[in-house]
Amino acid sequence: MIQNTIERSNVELTKEDFVSDQMVKWCPGCGNHAILAAIENVFPKIGYRKENFCIVSGIGCSSRFPYYVNTYGFHGIHGRATAIASGVKIANPRLSVWIATGDGDAMAIGGNHFIHIVRRNIDVNIILFNNMIYALTKGQYSPTTPMGHVTKTSPYGTIEHPFNTGELVLGAQGTFFARATDNNIKMMTEIMFEAAKHDGTSVIEILQNCVIYNDKIHNIITSKETKDDYQLHLKNGEPMIFGKNKDKGIRLTGTRLEVVQLGVNNITENDILVHDQYQQDPGIHLMLAKMQPPLFPVALGVIRSAMYPTYDDLIEEQINNAKQNSNIRSVDDLLNSGDDVWEIK
Amino acid sequence: MTTKTNIQKKDDIVVKFVGDSGDGMQLIGSILADNSAIMGNDIATFPDFPAEIRAPHNTIAGVSGFQIRIGQKKLKTCGDDCDVMLFMNPASLKSNLKWAKKNAILIIDSDAFDNKAIEKAGYQTNPLNNNSLKDYIVIQAPITNMTKQCLSKLEIDNKLAERSKNMFALGMIMYLLNRKVDITYKYFEKKFAKNPLIIKINKIVLNAGFEYASTRKEFETTYEIPPAKLEKGKYRNITGNNATAWGFLAASEKSGRPLYLGSYPITPATEILVELAKHKSLGAKVFQAEDEIAGICSAIGASFTGSLAITTTSGPGLSLKTEAIGLAVMTELPLVIVDVQRGGPSTGLPTKSEQSDLYQALFGRNGECPVIVIAAPSPANCFYFAYEAARLSLEHMTPVILLTDGMLGFGSELFKIPKVVDLPPINPPIAQPNDPEYKPYKRDEKTLVRKWALPGTEGLRHRVGGLEKENITGNVSTDPLNHELMVTLRNKKVELVAERIPEQEIFGEKQGDLLVVSWGGTYGSVSSAVEYAQSIGIKVSHAHFNYIMPLPKNTETVLAGFKKILVCELNAGQFVNYLKMKYPKYNYLQYNKVQALPFTVKELVEKFNQILKEN
Repeated sequence: MIQNTIERSNVELTKEDFVSDQMVKWCPGCGNHAILAAIENVFPKIGYRKENFCIVSGIGCSSRFPYYVNTYGFHGIHGRATAIASGVKIANPRLSVWIATGDGDAMAIGGNHFIHIVRRNIDVNIILFNNMIYALTKGQYSPTTPMGHVTKTSPYGTIEHPFNTGELVLGAQGTFFARATDNNIKMMTEIMFEAAKHDGTSVIEILQNCVIYNDKIHNIITSKETKDDYQLHLKNGEPMIFGKNKDKGIRLTGTRLEVVQLGVNNITENDILVHDQYQQDPGIHLMLAKMQPPLFPVALGVIRSAMYPTYDDLIEEQINNAKQNSNIRSVDDLLNSGDDVWEIK
Repeated sequence: MTTKTNIQKKDDIVVKFVGDSGDGMQLIGSILADNSAIMGNDIATFPDFPAEIRAPHNTIAGVSGFQIRIGQKKLKTCGDDCDVMLFMNPASLKSNLKWAKKNAILIIDSDAFDNKAIEKAGYQTNPLNNNSLKDYIVIQAPITNMTKQCLSKLEIDNKLAERSKNMFALGMIMYLLNRKVDITYKYFEKKFAKNPLIIKINKIVLNAGFEYASTRKEFETTYEIPPAKLEKGKYRNITGNNATAWGFLAASEKSGRPLYLGSYPITPATEILVELAKHKSLGAKVFQAEDEIAGICSAIGASFTGSLAITTTSGPGLSLKTEAIGLAVMTELPLVIVDVQRGGPSTGLPTKSEQSDLYQALFGRNGECPVIVIAAPSPANCFYFAYEAARLSLEHMTPVILLTDGMLGFGSELFKIPKVVDLPPINPPIAQPNDPEYKPYKRDEKTLVRKWALPGTEGLRHRVGGLEKENITGNVSTDPLNHELMVTLRNKKVELVAERIPEQEIFGEKQGDLLVVSWGGTYGSVSSAVEYAQSIGIKVSHAHFNYIMPLPKNTETVLAGFKKILVCELNAGQFVNYLKMKYPKYNYLQYNKVQALPFTVKELVEKFNQILKEN
């Protein structure tokens, strides 16, 4: 239904086409390096002309991203990346627009713009680096910092209820939400590709580790010892099975999800929920996005990818219709339009 | 029907319609304006309405007015005081009688003067019976009842009948001013084409008012304002906000840059957004953002991609956009910010006009952050100043703040329709694909303007942002000397715009005792005052500034010719202090009014006289 108007490259591109000449200044061991690697993987694979990529960011460690990829780039101001990118995409829908943002940038100072870009379904891809801390300002709590967490500005523990990114996105009528961990370049690359394919606002939450100010915050999900039990890799059309021995699954019981053990109480694969990322109703997607340890694994992969008209398509459509149907085709027409024009001869 | 025994010719006449918010004063005001424009007069209008949509019935807070001046000569203001006033209730009389000239004709709906309404307006006794109106020609008429009567055969409900009483009053005034009713009948036919009953009602009532007026002996003398002697050409009536919107559309067409507007509704600037939203057929992309910040930030994004990017607002919104203006200065991208000024600070007086955002426009940002500031002088000229703001912004790769105000935005005047082909060219410095010389912050030697490399262009991938840039390469830099150089370059780039704008004109002698200085939206009242003063032999000259930052390059020469400089502005003295800062050695005096009201010609001339008598 929706025509993709972005021009494709007529030569095959490689990672080298997107490597920037700028020194990457993130801390050694920072999760951002892997996210950068995933972007460099996925851009040539997407196949657009390299001049048609545009990366927009706000402020924070994540927001240095545009300097490190060789595309058109815009490093904005705190919280406003989504607003700037809205203008970029609306003004030029032939660009593939990517936003690099963090938990503070997108959900605290930029919270308003974030929910509204999602609501409008403007066709951009938002990579949200969630390290649950303000890192560039050196360690204050963010809107995703877990309740009770001690940070520089919460020496007695935070007393704020954190946002769950997926819940916020779906609450704002998001059409695409995916999640990955920063130590899985393959998965990040895959879901970035899915996001690029999706028409509308795609939000990719990367659970990213800040080695300096919030080290191991995602440890229960990412560490070798626990990750198999706390990661659910969603695949469209496949049952939601996880665990070291692939013996645990997610079942819908009544109106709730629960973790069940395969083979116990006659539970078989047939009892396990099958993932449907394209389902329009966000109910199950919301429950999946909200799952958290220790009771649940964290859902990774594409949680939701529903098809809705995009803002940028609709505005083009209105303009094309108006151009076809209006008598006003030039400013001279406009100046002389209406009933109250009169002439002195 | 009495025959008109005496038709008196007038150069111009000022009429004000005043009533309750729901009484339809704005509608009949604009109908009379259109009628008079079509009859060939010059016109100037100003609506005067409360911030509330419908304040309590019959209270002062709910009074809504519309002033119109009709003339046979070029009008620069809609007049200080009124020759004819319509009062639809006691509250409108109480709040607006002060604007009536001595011997003015007051037309009053006597049906609205019941005890309750009189009390609600704050009168102790009925003002119609206590001799308080003896200085005026008072025409009491039972407008509400006569309206109902003339519609009695139609069998429509009482409310609908009563709502048409504004047309009865309009009919009376059209008789008094010898207006052609047919023109307005045609207007009804077009405007209410989908509702024949309304057309019928309006025609009946208007005609009844017209006929009724002919029976009143007070109307034995009526007035005629002969057509104005205007230059050949096509004309229309236009408000400042619409003119602003249309100026941008013209600039977009001329420059070949698609128009993008990112805005958030705010009084009194909303109409620009509303107007541009209509013109998708001209390719205008209009984005009603979630807030003021998103409005400007999305415009900056659109500018990055090559659009003529605009954001429109009023004072409080300009405050919110401050940080983003800095971003546009740093990224050296074109962007027009329109501030339709209103009374401040804070929420202030949303529907009233003031010139008090000048400091904010000039200085209200962090860091050394120069932008071009220009200010429009009259409603119709908003077209040219919007065009000029776009031209300067696109050609100089820098944000421009265009200051208008509520009086200009809501006010209207005749607009001589230009041809787009006659407007000055606009040539933005767009970089060519694969230009081997391209560097993001490499500048034109003369203008210091960098090139605009649009995303999608082959061979020009680059990054911009809010961090300080290294000269030429545009890479992020914290080098101390580079920072100082960049600050200097950004300042100089804006100062050099003085080479591309007209020199400051003086109206009157180039030397003398007194130079009157004004800027922006007060052009009409101040120039009228100076013109009048000169006509009665007062020696005074006038310099009206529309280019504020940078000032025209001959500004100092202009100031140097006078012993005293009187700076008149509708604030506590912002432009005068700016001039003092730039050219400290001159003798500045100031005349300020911060009542959210325009200057009157009378008070200005008194001030000129007073100053000339001193010393």
